[in-house]
Amino acid sequence: MNERVWQLLLDSFWQILLPGIRVTIPLTLVSFSLGLIIALLTAMVQVANIPVVKQIARIYVWIIRGTPLLVQLFVIFYGLPSVGIILDAIPSAIIVFSFNTGAYASETVRAAIEAVPVGQIEAGYCVGMNYLQIMGRIVLPQALRTAFPPLSNSLIGLVKDTSLAANITVVEMFLAGQRIAANSLEVMAIYCEVAFVYLLFCTVLTKLQTYCEKRMKTY
Amino acid sequence: MLEIKNMKKSFGDMEVLRGVDIKVEKGDVVTVIGPSGSGKTTLLRCINFLERAKEGEMIFDGVHYQLNAIGRKDIAALRKKTGFVFQNYNLFRNKTALQNVTEGLVVARKVPKDEARSAGLKALEKVGLANRADAYPHQLSGGQQQRVAIARAIVTEPEVIFFDEPTSALDPELVGEVLNVMRNLAAEGMTMLIVTHEMQFARNVASHVVFMDQGLVVEEGRPEEIFESPREARTRQFLQFIMDREAPAPQ
Repeated sequence: MNERVWQLLLDSFWQILLPGIRVTIPLTLVSFSLGLIIALLTAMVQVANIPVVKQIARIYVWIIRGTPLLVQLFVIFYGLPSVGIILDAIPSAIIVFSFNTGAYASETVRAAIEAVPVGQIEAGYCVGMNYLQIMGRIVLPQALRTAFPPLSNSLIGLVKDTSLAANITVVEMFLAGQRIAANSLEVMAIYCEVAFVYLLFCTVLTKLQTYCEKRMKTY
Repeated sequence: MLEIKNMKKSFGDMEVLRGVDIKVEKGDVVTVIGPSGSGKTTLLRCINFLERAKEGEMIFDGVHYQLNAIGRKDIAALRKKTGFVFQNYNLFRNKTALQNVTEGLVVARKVPKDEARSAGLKALEKVGLANRADAYPHQLSGGQQQRVAIARAIVTEPEVIFFDEPTSALDPELVGEVLNVMRNLAAEGMTMLIVTHEMQFARNVASHVVFMDQGLVVEEGRPEEIFESPREARTRQFLQFIMDREAPAPQ
């Protein structure tokens, strides 16, 4: 590689990292947090076996998991205006990513809740606790620890999936890179640089996951 | 104090309890013995509503309850007056020994934390585990876990404690420590209803022994009546079988 390419990579690094910090990371964190709340609710209504709501939860998971994320983005951003609902690109992306994460993570959370031995729930009843107290103090703390590694997977997956938002005009890391590549014509170098920054983000998350798992090992 | 009349329970087509009557007076230590599959455990689980009986009546402190129609509130209120010790301990894995013991006080009964703490430590002391208060269940042996479970059951000062085969999951050398704790409780006058396979314990500690088979109470009485002069052929057969198994092999 010649000097010009090196210089280009150096100059463009901030131009790629900046939308990463200002768009990709907040978009990921907000969507993931909302997704977790959706996942928890979706899992809980299924475990608690609440009629009707439980069926709605199953249908939601079925539809989200059965359709491509990219198509979901297009339906919300390009499709909804035709029925009179116009959303900006960022809110559209947050909605789609939240519900997408929520559907996948709900299955993780549900499995983790069901993995807590039923005997502990019975013991909770026997010492006088009610269902919500048992859930909140005994079952969920243990379930979330079990769910932590697969949820970390979802988070890392989401970091990369946010690049799809480039297709609905969100100027996140990938779209920023795409523009630089188009202008400079150093396609290979720039896309590799974009990939490198994603790798950087995900490396930090992986390290964080290892650290948290160690700290959770008290019981 | 506690009386069960005509309790019936089926799982699908299988009738597990076919009309069981049982009576526990204050201060009684009642042991329920019988072959596996006789319905002993189901009986206990139905008494504490972990399973719903199909039919029957319960009289607790003079109040009558229909077992198949009892409401959620009554169940919760009854559970607060009883303690339950499981075969598999069922300690809360995410709580320390002390937290396991105090959880029912702090969360279910809204006892102030420091009050619960001192009550919890006292209960742990009673089972000989005050020095392990901060240990998590996975750091304790089976016998220790079961003793914590007993502390958890006594800390709320229940009117009666139900024991569901409390030593069956333990290594043989750990059985003694759990039985000792139970023996001490009996000596203090605690009312207990115990499903067990420990015949020596049933014989020496119980005030009353109930022999169950095939979902029915076959025979009941004082320990010496049941163990020395059983009236029913099935009781004799069961005790003979147990004694043959426990006797040392002939030289």
